[in-house]
Amino acid sequence: MTAWETVIGLEVHAQLKTATKLFCGCPTTFGATANHQTCPLCLGMPGTLPVLNRRAVELAALLGLAVEGTVHVRSVFDRKNYFYPDLPKGYQITQMDHPIVTGGGLWVETEERGRRFIRLTRIHMEEDAGMSAHGGAGTTRVDLNRSGTPLCEIVSEPDVRSAAEAMAYLKALRSVLRYTGTSDGNMEEGSFRCDANISLRPVGAEEFGTRVEIKNLNSFRFVGQAIDHEVRRQGAILESGGTVEQQTRRFDSKAGVTVFMRGKEDAHDYRYFPEPDLLPLELDEAWLAQLAGSLPELADSRARRFASDWGLSAVDAAILVADRELAEWFEAAVEAAGPEAAKALSNWTLGEVLRQLKEDGLDPAAIPLAPGRLGQLAALVAAGDISSSIAKKVFAEMWCNDGDPAEIIEAKGWKQISDTSAIDAEIAKVLAANPKQVEQYRGGKTQLKGFFVGQVMRATRGQANPKLAAERLVHALVDLDNDEV
Amino acid sequence: MSATASELAAALRAGTVTSAELCEQALAAAEGASDLGIFITLDPAGARAAAAQADAEIAAGQDRGPLHGIPIALKDNLCTEGLRTTCASRLLRDWIAPYDATVVQRLRDAGAVAIGKTNMDEFAMGSSNENSAFGPVRNPRDPSRVPGGSSGGSAAAVAAGIVPLALGSDTGGSVRQPAALCGVVGLKPSWGRVSRYGLVAFGSSLDQVGPIANDVAGAAALLQAIAGPDPLDSTCSGEPAGDYSAGLGGDAPLRVGLPREYVDELSTEARAALDAGLAALGDIEVVDVSLPHTSFAIATYYVLASAEASTNLSRFDGVRYGARIEPGGEGLDGMYTATRSDGFGAEVQRRILLGTFALSSGYYDAYYGKAQTAREAIRGDFVAAFADVDVLVGLTAPTTAFPLGSKTADPVQMYLSDIFTIPASLAGLPAISVPVGTDGDGLPWGLHLIGPELAEARVLSAAARVERGLA
Repeated sequence: MTAWETVIGLEVHAQLKTATKLFCGCPTTFGATANHQTCPLCLGMPGTLPVLNRRAVELAALLGLAVEGTVHVRSVFDRKNYFYPDLPKGYQITQMDHPIVTGGGLWVETEERGRRFIRLTRIHMEEDAGMSAHGGAGTTRVDLNRSGTPLCEIVSEPDVRSAAEAMAYLKALRSVLRYTGTSDGNMEEGSFRCDANISLRPVGAEEFGTRVEIKNLNSFRFVGQAIDHEVRRQGAILESGGTVEQQTRRFDSKAGVTVFMRGKEDAHDYRYFPEPDLLPLELDEAWLAQLAGSLPELADSRARRFASDWGLSAVDAAILVADRELAEWFEAAVEAAGPEAAKALSNWTLGEVLRQLKEDGLDPAAIPLAPGRLGQLAALVAAGDISSSIAKKVFAEMWCNDGDPAEIIEAKGWKQISDTSAIDAEIAKVLAANPKQVEQYRGGKTQLKGFFVGQVMRATRGQANPKLAAERLVHALVDLDNDEV
Repeated sequence: MSATASELAAALRAGTVTSAELCEQALAAAEGASDLGIFITLDPAGARAAAAQADAEIAAGQDRGPLHGIPIALKDNLCTEGLRTTCASRLLRDWIAPYDATVVQRLRDAGAVAIGKTNMDEFAMGSSNENSAFGPVRNPRDPSRVPGGSSGGSAAAVAAGIVPLALGSDTGGSVRQPAALCGVVGLKPSWGRVSRYGLVAFGSSLDQVGPIANDVAGAAALLQAIAGPDPLDSTCSGEPAGDYSAGLGGDAPLRVGLPREYVDELSTEARAALDAGLAALGDIEVVDVSLPHTSFAIATYYVLASAEASTNLSRFDGVRYGARIEPGGEGLDGMYTATRSDGFGAEVQRRILLGTFALSSGYYDAYYGKAQTAREAIRGDFVAAFADVDVLVGLTAPTTAFPLGSKTADPVQMYLSDIFTIPASLAGLPAISVPVGTDGDGLPWGLHLIGPELAEARVLSAAARVERGLA
């Protein structure tokens, strides 16, 4: 039996995050009434001419720099010709032979294959088509709100080797898109769509097998499921001695299978040629250099730095950097408190901060707390001024109005009791009030120590230093025994 | 109306005539010449309103410049808000644009009075104005003959004295050739000199809107009003428009290139017309030059223009606007086929097929790719020639106006009428046709003057010398 290697190349269409369309001034806002975000140009009316959106170019170039590709100072738009009712001009303006970006790549990490570099072939700009809704009785309704929406298509080399790696690649790509602000990467709203090219070859073979393209995968989960199914399907064909046909398929998410759409013989002839209504796009070197200077540090590099500089685990670091705003907030918190506090701040951030954000339905960009506050709180815990349970109450108070934790503790009278005589007095009261449990403890049921500590904490409304309380409790119980003798 | 635009402008300012009177004369003349098929749509209401406004403004001392209050005709491939724009096609016979072309907007701003939309070859494809869903245009000089095309209606409107000025569009000669055949002045500006926004596209990399006038000064004034950068057309040159009227009286010595390839095959009669033009230019030195790639021009043009047209016309699919024909039961493809087969005339369909073929996978390199190479070579010929001369001179068309129907059976013969105009189109250069006498039947010849890129002022000035020299 032959062992097969899976070979995957991915094509992602990401919506560039501009306020207006690629070639006209219509807004790109999602969810407007059908055909209300249109003008003569994006309706394909005669005589209209495209005027390139400068911001879209800037975003595409920024993305190219972020993936360390070559951003070309000269690129060319082309027409891709085909008839469809939601394509108003009968052609799509895209970039074929001279895309704005070539090369570059992304580091991707999976458990099974470790850390690998997935190369990119190219990134080019293009306009989106509209949407067709196929209704009953053979009618089709067309909404051209999306027509002319700026997209960049990011094409990978066939470097991906498994469904898990494909999903890791897509997540890494989406992270870059979000870090650079080039795209929302929102699959539900269609601003991040994926096609997967899949083939199998005998392990060790140089030549690629015949590839099958799966169109329009619109969730990470479906990408994984579609690849898994397609690998099984092709594997079965090859195992039985058959040959895989070059096809375009789609994923039926209900049945969990890929379904035939069209074969090689039905492939369109798109008759690409240079778009005469747009001059070649020429970028200024100095402008590009300036743009490169504005690039933020990306998630991958940031996570590695968090782990190596501050000793955070790879898992924790990965969660902290997943969102650029959270990562930047966390980093500012560590800067304010000092690197020795990093571990504690990471715990606070991954625990209370994320929990509060989720509870309040907020994005990390909207964290109401100044990053320095978290360090102040952690320092009070470390100094023994408050217990960790009190600290959570203080955190909740701080969260609402960015309060100073020391002031909150003062105002609420929550300072931890670390005075031995005061704790001893509370212990004496607890032991006196629970003679039955004292009896049992002395009978050997020493696990009741926790009960007594709990009672002391309750009596002090959580303010007793729990470690001290436990110590003193042992003393008190030993003293009790000694008194008996 | 045989008066020139500048004579009318002077009369309007002197108060000896009103714009309303000029407008009524133009409308009446258009009605009177209806046998010639010059107009597809007249706009009496719009014209009268514009004329009334011009009269009020002139009376109040407001002066919008040399076109203020002057009647003008617009080729029917220029979008006009609220007035149908048909491109002489069945498919667009009822289509009304919700916007003005930039040139139309600029004419309105200049106070010109648009009286209607002129007939043309469908989607500007033709050299005789016989490819119109609204019937042919006849040459006012001899109604048995064609006016040339594709801006035949605009050239005829000026030649018939209906208006002193008209706008046409020129892709391979569609302003200059009809201007020559009708005996009027027609200028194709450099590609990028005039905004194409609102000009229904034929061959985008070649199309330019150009002025047609009954004298050179009128063409200069009209170009002045429409030229210059436009934020709606990013292929439009960022260079501000020049002053096209200032140099019209100049008579400094000129180095004139006479391309061998344009002269060699001329008939004796044609050569005599060319010589008359050279004589009229006055103080010139004639230089023998060669444009060695000229023989590739027609084939190159019909590949490139048709390739672009084949996709420019894809939007006419019956989905959003224009006539739609649903045969029923044949689905989407049936609707596309029926709509486009019925909506487009034979010549348009021929060019869509030709262009689609030229761009097809497997044929692209042999046709479109090779044509692009040839275009660069042709461009290079001109660059080399202009290193040594100020303007290039030839005839606009190899013959005078030919009889209706005489070339319709043979498309290639028809295409040859543009043999002298196409090279400058491929090179994106400014070129003008100015009348230079008549043949034995009294039919006009046009002298063709080509200048380097953006040298509109120079070709206008040279044309004005011819005009004066023949006066």
